[in-house]
Amino acid sequence: MSSLRELYQNVILEHNRSPRNYRVMDGADRRAEGNNPLCGDQLTVWLKLDGDVISDITFQGLGCAISRASASLMTAAVKGKSRATADELFERFHGLVIGDRAAGDPETLGKLAVFSGISAYPARVKCASLPWHTLKAALEGEGC
Amino acid sequence: MTEPATVAPPRHGPATPLDIDGIRADFPILGTAARDGRPLVYLDNAATSQKPRQVIDAVSRFYASENANIHRGLHFLSERATAAFDVAREKVARFLGAGSPSEIVFTRGTTEAINLVAQSWGRTSLRPGDEVLVTEMEHHANLVPWQVVCEQTGAAFRAVPITDRGELNLDAFDRLLTDRTRLFAVGHVSNALGTMNPVRELAVRARARGALVLVDGAQSAPHFPIDVAELGCDFFACSGHKLFGPTGIGVLYGRKAILDEMPPWQTGGDMVERVTLEGSTWAPPPARFEAGTPPIAEVIGLAAAIDYVERVGLDVIGHREGELLGRATELVRAIPGVRLVGTAREKAAVLSFVLDGVHPHDVGTVLDDEGVAVRAGHHCAQPVMRRFGVPATVRASFAFYNTADEIDALVRGVERARAVFG
Repeated sequence: MSSLRELYQNVILEHNRSPRNYRVMDGADRRAEGNNPLCGDQLTVWLKLDGDVISDITFQGLGCAISRASASLMTAAVKGKSRATADELFERFHGLVIGDRAAGDPETLGKLAVFSGISAYPARVKCASLPWHTLKAALEGEGC
Repeated sequence: MTEPATVAPPRHGPATPLDIDGIRADFPILGTAARDGRPLVYLDNAATSQKPRQVIDAVSRFYASENANIHRGLHFLSERATAAFDVAREKVARFLGAGSPSEIVFTRGTTEAINLVAQSWGRTSLRPGDEVLVTEMEHHANLVPWQVVCEQTGAAFRAVPITDRGELNLDAFDRLLTDRTRLFAVGHVSNALGTMNPVRELAVRARARGALVLVDGAQSAPHFPIDVAELGCDFFACSGHKLFGPTGIGVLYGRKAILDEMPPWQTGGDMVERVTLEGSTWAPPPARFEAGTPPIAEVIGLAAAIDYVERVGLDVIGHREGELLGRATELVRAIPGVRLVGTAREKAAVLSFVLDGVHPHDVGTVLDDEGVAVRAGHHCAQPVMRRFGVPATVRASFAFYNTADEIDALVRGVERARAVFG
């Protein structure tokens, strides 16, 4: 597989075309905005929390295929999970995209493993991680 | 790559034989490989240009056999380095059409040159009620320094809007230019749109109102001959690294009468006349604005770059780039889903575009996979992006060493991006 095909795997292209959980959430408990001033990417993440559990999550925004697919797959991965699980997933996802196989073993990341090709493109790492940083900000924030 | 030995009939410049193979052989990097071993197709010249062997050798020779500090040593090496440095300043003065080498201040780049004017002239001359006029198409380097000095002094900051083609709205310019306008700062060529602004005509109108005129020439000096006297500007700034020279060296031309009145910006060694514990007096320009040891090797490299482009001929360069831009515009525009951003009637060497439904970064990555280096982003011109309602664009920018084959590679890459994301 060429490095380009490894970067833009079919799952990424498909989530870019039809992102999951792509809508404004009414009655959200938390909301955060993520911006990458260097490239102009911006997205908003909305959360509903049930105690410690992310019971619902949606997003909207403007960005490249990587950031859009990453946000889409992230919402699918953390919905119904506890905050601690989401935090831990982010750690491993981050390890994956920066090419640290010890921290981010693709075998343990399920569908998120499609982002393994990013480590060959250091300039694109921030595209994949922006949604996760925004989720973290939403979890750490208070109210909307 | 095969190229006709002679360029087609002239649009602007003369038809002169251009030995393109010989020229490309002068730039070692053009023979290197990009991602996955593909031949490099370098179309990011507006970000920085590549360096000919003549420049690399001049810098290397300076360090290998001529290096010394200047303007203070009595020894042989220092005398030689000082002489080479001073010759370089004379060369730059001639290159830009300045009246005297003392009107040439060496800076770190265009950005520093503009900041120097903003903080030296602007900070001490602007008052509440004064106005500084820029344009909506400026690079941040010719916009933010003026915003800051306006905040510092209470002067008002104004910007000339641009049209849908990416040209300055000249009616608005005439309205915004008032007797309160103290300085008009304008890019000669827009780095994001490629628009060539009618600087000469604008300068006449601005100076008639008593305003000083600063021209950001970062994107013009590499592409066509500059004559500051003919342009009628008070300041002209450009960068060595976009002119096939080293990074870390830029030039500020300032009209002598104005430089003479400006206070120092940075202070220290080499810019003083007399220093006592009670106070100090300043050296005349340009030394007054060059505190500390200057980038000597970079100045030597810049002089070699000027020799190089003068040998090729800036008329020839402008003519060839006009052909490359014409071909690229025609072919890229024909790709379904492409929208050009910046379609001014007079353009230089920059083709900015977006591809419907595909983010510019993704286009850039697919191009990179083909070995084609372009810039994808806001090009440090966020107001321009906002004006055209896009977060970013893909920008291909050309130099005279680019070829028709390289433009074909660009076109293939954009078509592939369409296929991957379509």
